[in-house]
Amino acid sequence: MDREFIFKDSFRENRMFLNRIVASVVFMLALTLALVARLIYLQVVGHELYTNLSHDNQVKIAPLAPSRGLIFDRNGEVLADNIATYSLEVVPEQVPDLKATLAELKALINISDEEIARFQTQRGQRKSFESVPLRLELSEEDIARFAVKMPYFPGVEIRTRLLRAYPYADLTAHAVGYVGRINEAELQVLDPAQYRGTYHIGKTGVEKSYEAILHGKTGYEEYETNVQGRAIQVLGTTDPLTGADLYLSLDIRLQKTALDALGEYSGAVVAIEPATGKVLAMASKPSFDPNPFIHGIGKELYDSLQNDKERPLYDRVLRGVYPPGSTVKPFMALAGMEYLDLSPGKKSYCPGYYKLPNSDHKYRDWRKGGHGPVDMRLAIVQSCDVYFYDLANHIGIDRLQEYMSRFGFGRHTGIDLEGEKSGLFPSREWKKKKRKTQQWFPGETLIAGIGQGYVQATPLQLARAVAMFANQGHSVEPRLVDSIKAGYAVDSPYPRNHEETVGQIDRKRWQVVTDAMIDVVHSQRGTAKGIAPGLRYHMAGKTGTAQVFTVGQGQDYKKMNITQEMRDHAWFVAFAPAENPRIAVAVIAEHGGHGGSVAAPIARAVMDQYLNERP
Amino acid sequence: MNDILPELRLGPARRGTSPLGRLHIDLPLMGGLGMLAALAMVILYSSSGQSLEVLLRQAARLALATGIMLAVAQIHPRHLKFHSPALYLVGVALLALVLLMGKISMGAQRWLDLGVVRFQPSELTKLSTPMMVAWYLSNQAPPPNLKHLLAAGCLILLPTLMIAKQPDLGTAVLVGTAGAAVVFLAGLPWIYLLGLAALGGSLLPVVWHFMHGYQRDRVLTFLNPEADPLGRGYHIIQSKIAIGSGGVYGKGWLHGTQAHLEFLPERSTDFIFAVFAEEFGLLGCAGLLAIYLFIIGRCLFIVMQAQDRYSRYLAGALTLTFFVYVFVNIGMVIGILPVVGVPLPLVSYGGTSMVTLLAGFGMLMSIQTHQRRNGG
Repeated sequence: MDREFIFKDSFRENRMFLNRIVASVVFMLALTLALVARLIYLQVVGHELYTNLSHDNQVKIAPLAPSRGLIFDRNGEVLADNIATYSLEVVPEQVPDLKATLAELKALINISDEEIARFQTQRGQRKSFESVPLRLELSEEDIARFAVKMPYFPGVEIRTRLLRAYPYADLTAHAVGYVGRINEAELQVLDPAQYRGTYHIGKTGVEKSYEAILHGKTGYEEYETNVQGRAIQVLGTTDPLTGADLYLSLDIRLQKTALDALGEYSGAVVAIEPATGKVLAMASKPSFDPNPFIHGIGKELYDSLQNDKERPLYDRVLRGVYPPGSTVKPFMALAGMEYLDLSPGKKSYCPGYYKLPNSDHKYRDWRKGGHGPVDMRLAIVQSCDVYFYDLANHIGIDRLQEYMSRFGFGRHTGIDLEGEKSGLFPSREWKKKKRKTQQWFPGETLIAGIGQGYVQATPLQLARAVAMFANQGHSVEPRLVDSIKAGYAVDSPYPRNHEETVGQIDRKRWQVVTDAMIDVVHSQRGTAKGIAPGLRYHMAGKTGTAQVFTVGQGQDYKKMNITQEMRDHAWFVAFAPAENPRIAVAVIAEHGGHGGSVAAPIARAVMDQYLNERP
Repeated sequence: MNDILPELRLGPARRGTSPLGRLHIDLPLMGGLGMLAALAMVILYSSSGQSLEVLLRQAARLALATGIMLAVAQIHPRHLKFHSPALYLVGVALLALVLLMGKISMGAQRWLDLGVVRFQPSELTKLSTPMMVAWYLSNQAPPPNLKHLLAAGCLILLPTLMIAKQPDLGTAVLVGTAGAAVVFLAGLPWIYLLGLAALGGSLLPVVWHFMHGYQRDRVLTFLNPEADPLGRGYHIIQSKIAIGSGGVYGKGWLHGTQAHLEFLPERSTDFIFAVFAEEFGLLGCAGLLAIYLFIIGRCLFIVMQAQDRYSRYLAGALTLTFFVYVFVNIGMVIGILPVVGVPLPLVSYGGTSMVTLLAGFGMLMSIQTHQRRNGG
């Protein structure tokens, strides 16, 4: 039958079959074109997109944490060090039964629930092939215990990590600050790429304010990974860049002297190099050991620090605000000469109180019997309040506020630390805003004129104001970090603003006030004469008293039964040598009572050390 | 043996003088298949993670399948035709057996364990179904009438539905396609074709209703792979990344990171084209398609030369099925068709489909080399 077909070969059947073949060819070519079109779409049009996706797929990046920059004092003493410690770390994916392993480790080396909770948090943030620390800073005993059992703990290993250490402990706690574990809030604001391998971050002090350059730059190891994200091979390594080393202008020995000199008093000492604003010492007492904070301070220890009445965690230098008291008087004197063209020789009579016209209210002098006739010099030397009440009354609060702010009162100093308080020098606007409807009373101007009432300043502000005074008006910005050393270009996060001056003031006027301040220390009537014996240089200073509470109108402070907590804070500000100032100091001794006898010797101790060692 | 005698007697002189002719080998087709097999080895070496063992195993399979192809090529088309009904019945019976065993074991089953060899009856029906339909329709004068069409339809649907029930959608599609191709070539009137298309379209919801959950998922995944990137859409997404990142020139042999990093599942079997496309790029793909088209072209030449209805129908159907094979596999790998588990013919790792395919090419060679030349 087939043969029949072949020989008879129906023309019609052949044509029909040919048609079918042609249709098939068209069909196949059309579908092939569809394949080609799709391939072109994927491989030409979508090439870039898919290449990126492919790259994301195969290359995983593991961070290499940089080692943190060190912090030195001006003599090269290490204030913040990195020491190698051993940590117990877990690579979760290599652990067959994580829960059981953690339980066994807990029994073996006594791991706390807190540590386990922290481990779980960090584990959630990392890839399962990345090592997560369970405990930092293993003790020798822990290491020994674990080493014996190590074969039974696959995926658990001892690693070395560099950990921060503060050899001077409480001496540097506030200024240098400390690092601590990165918390949730910080995670929100950090560049996650830069901090992927880092567990610590600066929490306070220089550690915090210079975090950006202390941290360094995280390096990366590029792994080729399989679909589970497991590393197959290292493709390349970008080394981390070690953080910048910071050299502080701080002199750690001077710092120690300052803290020691404060003795039993809580308080603060700030020493600044007037010409440059370099901070030589900034001590806040009481202090604390920052080292436990690095690893996460225990609740008990933290609570004891937190609940301490003396508030050791509180940085008085930056954040302690006190009425500056009589320490403002030298500035007031300058303001008087500027605005009122006051002659320094012009005498006022001090009966022991001051009365505003049309008022019976008596604004008292600290000396009940009064100072009698006083000129500007004597008013400063003896710290006569009445003289400055009168001065303030004539200058008026508006001009007073304006003038004092030139010396930085009520303004941030701009130091390279965070959390500084601005203090306050009041104005009418301020009162209107803060105290609502109340108007400004003339009596408030008087009180502001002797640095009381609303006036508040930090020890750092006063130190800076005195430094500016020592500079004869040339402004300075305090800086703790003197120089930055890194293997690459680094910009300080605290560039200096352009220099400014308080204004053109006659040199003679500076001299009058400076001479008066020298007499505060060196004359028989000076309020700080007690520190003069043995001084090998001229010191220009001013004592002050910061009232803790206001003495009532009919009361006598001295006759009142004053408890320690109610006693006034003692201020002393000074610069030396008076002829060529190299150091400016502000001291506050809380509840020290009298500035001349309590605060001044502290300033002297600091200055003696600084000036006598570097003649 | 009676049938062979006139063939030998009437055969053209040139075939008698050529040893290849005596072996019933079609040289162009053999060349095309050889190129494809060589390329397959090259890709497989890469996709298997440079495993020589995999390569050798595949080479052994290739040798076996080639042997079967050459053996089939020796069988005269007349014998193929004669045995078609029996082969068809055996195939259907084995499918029934598989379904029965599947029922017993409460699950999908495609394999028949014959002790030493595991045999997949659906592979046999890939050949036996078009053979059967060709046998049936070649006995009728074209074009087929409605009765013939319905009968042919039943012949096709029986094994197709049984395979779909296994469930093995990919093979079911191929078996159905092979049978339908015969009907098409036998002169299915265009009006019926349109009607069938319309019917198919209207039956889609019904088909959907009878589909297995995983089959539905595959279709849904195909429509929107990104909806389930870690689940069912994963294959398609990863495959597209591999292909797309290959670009025009490819990443180079053994440098297809996507596939080597185990991102690509089934990279040596159904998805081997993605490995190829990643490493050899658009140009490589064009080359591979060219080889396929060359083979198909040569097959079409054989179809055109075939001098009896059965040979024409069978050869044409095998050719079209081969194309559909290629199209469905590449189409699914590049994401224009749902994933249905069809290997890339002669390239994917695995033995069963290769034996079937080469046996089919053996039939084509047989049709080409056994035809009578009447000198014009």
